[in-house]
Amino acid sequence: MERFVQVVVDGIATGSIYAAMALALVLIFRSTGIVNFAQGEMAMFSTFVAWGLYEAGVPIGLAALTTLGLSFIVGMAIERALIRHFEGGEPLTLVIVTLGMFILLNSLAGWIWGFENRGFPSLFADETVTLGGVRLSVESLGIVAVLLVVVGLLFLLFQRTKIGLAMRAAALNPESSALVGVRVGTMLMLGWGLAAALGALAGVLVAPRLFLDVNLMGSVLIYAFAAAALGGFDSALGAVVGGWVIGVSETLAGTYVDFIGADLKILVPLAIIFVVLLVRPTGLFGSREVARA
Amino acid sequence: MSGRRLRAVSIAALAALAVAIPFLFGPYRVGQFTLVLVYAVAVLGLNLLVGYNGQISLGHGAFFALGAYTAALLIEKASVPYLLSVPAAGVLCFVAGYLFGVPALRLRGLYLALVTLGLAIAFPQLIKRFDGLTEGSQGLTVEQPAAPGWLSLADDQFLYLLVLAFAAVMFLAAWNLMRGQLGRAVKAVRDAEIPASTVGIDLGATKTRVFAVSAAYAGVAGALYVFAIGFVAPEAFTLTISFAFLAAIVVGGLATISGALFGALFIEFVPVYASDVNDALTGVIYGGVLIAFMWLLPDGAAGLLRRLRRLVSRGEEETRREDPGGGEWHEEERADRVAGPAGRAGAGAGGLRA
Amino acid sequence: MSLLEVEQLHAAYGPVRVLEGIDFSVEQGQKVAMLGPNGAGKTTVLRALSGMVHTRGRAEFDGRTLVGRSTADIARRGVAHVPEGRGTFPTLSVEENLRLGAYVRRDGDAVRADLERVYGWFPRLSERRSQSAGSLSGGEQQMLAVARALMLRPRLLMLDEPSLGLAPIVAKELFGVLRKICADEGMTVLLVEQNAGLALDLADHAYVLESGRIALSGEADQIKDDDKVRRSYLGL
Repeated sequence: MERFVQVVVDGIATGSIYAAMALALVLIFRSTGIVNFAQGEMAMFSTFVAWGLYEAGVPIGLAALTTLGLSFIVGMAIERALIRHFEGGEPLTLVIVTLGMFILLNSLAGWIWGFENRGFPSLFADETVTLGGVRLSVESLGIVAVLLVVVGLLFLLFQRTKIGLAMRAAALNPESSALVGVRVGTMLMLGWGLAAALGALAGVLVAPRLFLDVNLMGSVLIYAFAAAALGGFDSALGAVVGGWVIGVSETLAGTYVDFIGADLKILVPLAIIFVVLLVRPTGLFGSREVARA
Repeated sequence: MSGRRLRAVSIAALAALAVAIPFLFGPYRVGQFTLVLVYAVAVLGLNLLVGYNGQISLGHGAFFALGAYTAALLIEKASVPYLLSVPAAGVLCFVAGYLFGVPALRLRGLYLALVTLGLAIAFPQLIKRFDGLTEGSQGLTVEQPAAPGWLSLADDQFLYLLVLAFAAVMFLAAWNLMRGQLGRAVKAVRDAEIPASTVGIDLGATKTRVFAVSAAYAGVAGALYVFAIGFVAPEAFTLTISFAFLAAIVVGGLATISGALFGALFIEFVPVYASDVNDALTGVIYGGVLIAFMWLLPDGAAGLLRRLRRLVSRGEEETRREDPGGGEWHEEERADRVAGPAGRAGAGAGGLRA
Repeated sequence: MSLLEVEQLHAAYGPVRVLEGIDFSVEQGQKVAMLGPNGAGKTTVLRALSGMVHTRGRAEFDGRTLVGRSTADIARRGVAHVPEGRGTFPTLSVEENLRLGAYVRRDGDAVRADLERVYGWFPRLSERRSQSAGSLSGGEQQMLAVARALMLRPRLLMLDEPSLGLAPIVAKELFGVLRKICADEGMTVLLVEQNAGLALDLADHAYVLESGRIALSGEADQIKDDDKVRRSYLGL
């Protein structure tokens, strides 16, 4: 029984990382209308920057926070300098552009930092804590706590602030937003900045568990896609729920089901994506317009 | 010289050059050009899909791999004569493409890209999983076609010409396909000028057929790849190759036959020179090229050439109008558009572009 | 100097020219109606002024040019445009829609006061303030759109076919409220309307647009009483 609870908590922790990434995808999807295929590579790049800061002597907590800030700024810059040019046009063009960013960032990271893998320090102490008679790792609990805090902050931002309202409006109807004086471009920029920061957060949370290398976020991105698809690509709540569901299922299956080996694990989220998109494209919480061909 | 004449002459010149290559260069170069032909066939297939269906598939590498493994297994394990392995690979991939396409093509373009991305990632894993059959990560060595004694050709020259022959057939088939009913149907779907349904064209079936055909092209290219390289392993068919094909169609120009050649040249030779500088440079170039081309030249290099040629011979406009289904099938009117489903209403930048 | 001065304004959607050089002006406190048949270009006039369409010519609001400015900047100058189709945010609540109307304002207390005032003019919106805008009836959504525009405390209120899609009784009610607001606030209005009767009751001055050109200009009362004009231009 204790084992089961540990596995579930671990699953929620992993799921929280997927959820953070999925939230980034949803944010971009809602504002710019595309799936940013490069979100994972952007996150990987950010994680390397954090590593670089840490190697230079900055304590990991501060390095992570600084990286979040830097990622926010760079995310905004990417929207302004690159994505803006393609907005309003064919979505296919932007898909190709984000795919280009994918390979570019992946290779660039390899160029700068090399292709070998390395360790990444955890933000949390390597300890356990006993809750209700069950021993749980501080790291897992910490990750879940961080996600909850982030989700809470995002909720406050979007539901209780003027600028959050403006961001929602810009995503829903750019033309009407402009008519009330909302600078839609700026709102999109903020969306990309936030998404980049969320991705970076996912990166620094997941890196201690896997090795840090250029392909760190490859599979995380697929899991995040699955979470977003399951939750509904335009639903933030869906991203979180989807992330947790996938995280818990993955961990439970990994612990109790032997038949899916390490190689094929990635097929599970892929299958989920396929099935969800075919059977119920709106996912659990998404809205109607999400997936019609 | 009229446009048609110019085109005929250039094709003839190109064909002559193509045949002459094995006699102009040494074995290493000839091998590289053989690969260019292989990639050109694959890229041509992807051009059909992206340029005409207006959908992005990142799974082209998977069908390429499927064709390669089919041919490899047929030759090595079933002792099938190598010539037959090519159509076999093509047919198998056609069927596989069709089966995959039926459900997949109901998804919006964006999601198709996502799902095919999954396919591209999963395929090498599947290859490794069924290692009883495929020899997994070790890879499978395949005996390459050897020059028959009565032709006084070196093996590399023979291989090149063999591949060239298949490639020429594939190119002609594509050209023919596009001139015929499928081509018209596909153009109608893409241009959406007339609702395709009113002319009795079943949108879904057309798209699926094009997807299957493009998969078949990838499969044939895969089989030819086996001839050229003589070895298959999962590492050769990772996501990278799907990205390379994507870069190829962007550089070459969507929906053009000549574009396929440009693109293939690009993805064969760029890595060779780039890896001299740095292992990572190839990826950086692919990525940079994708972005730069989308920004500057959504038509790719062939589109640019076409526009230049048009400047030279204005008469082409009239000839093209009279020839609805044939000739170079890229429409310059579409020059500013990457074919695709209509963008999400409202997705746009601030300050409505007037 | 007029609040809004337009001279030789041309507008086009791509290659299609819609406005072929129109001249008109709106004085401070004046209520101007822009009438004409379908396809005459009435909606385009407002879209051109809001920077939503490719424009050429001179259009100045309060002495500063509008041509070439972005939609958001124009709104920030105090030009509130209630678009055709209302432009409400259906998934946001009524109150959120209204708050968005005041997005550019910094005076929080005054905004709150305005909110109450707007609820006073449109009591039905007050009843539904937490409901999603999409759940409102057509007439209520139109009221919401107007109310949102008013939240800007605009110097110029531009309305695009407010009666469109509304039952005659509802349209009359809406115009009644508009008349009251104009009287209370001394609002400057530029109204594009298909329903000439309602428009002429509200307006001081009217222009009739035909095929992208101003065909007629005159005092609203005169136009209303002129049978010939009414029949040939307005189908009344």
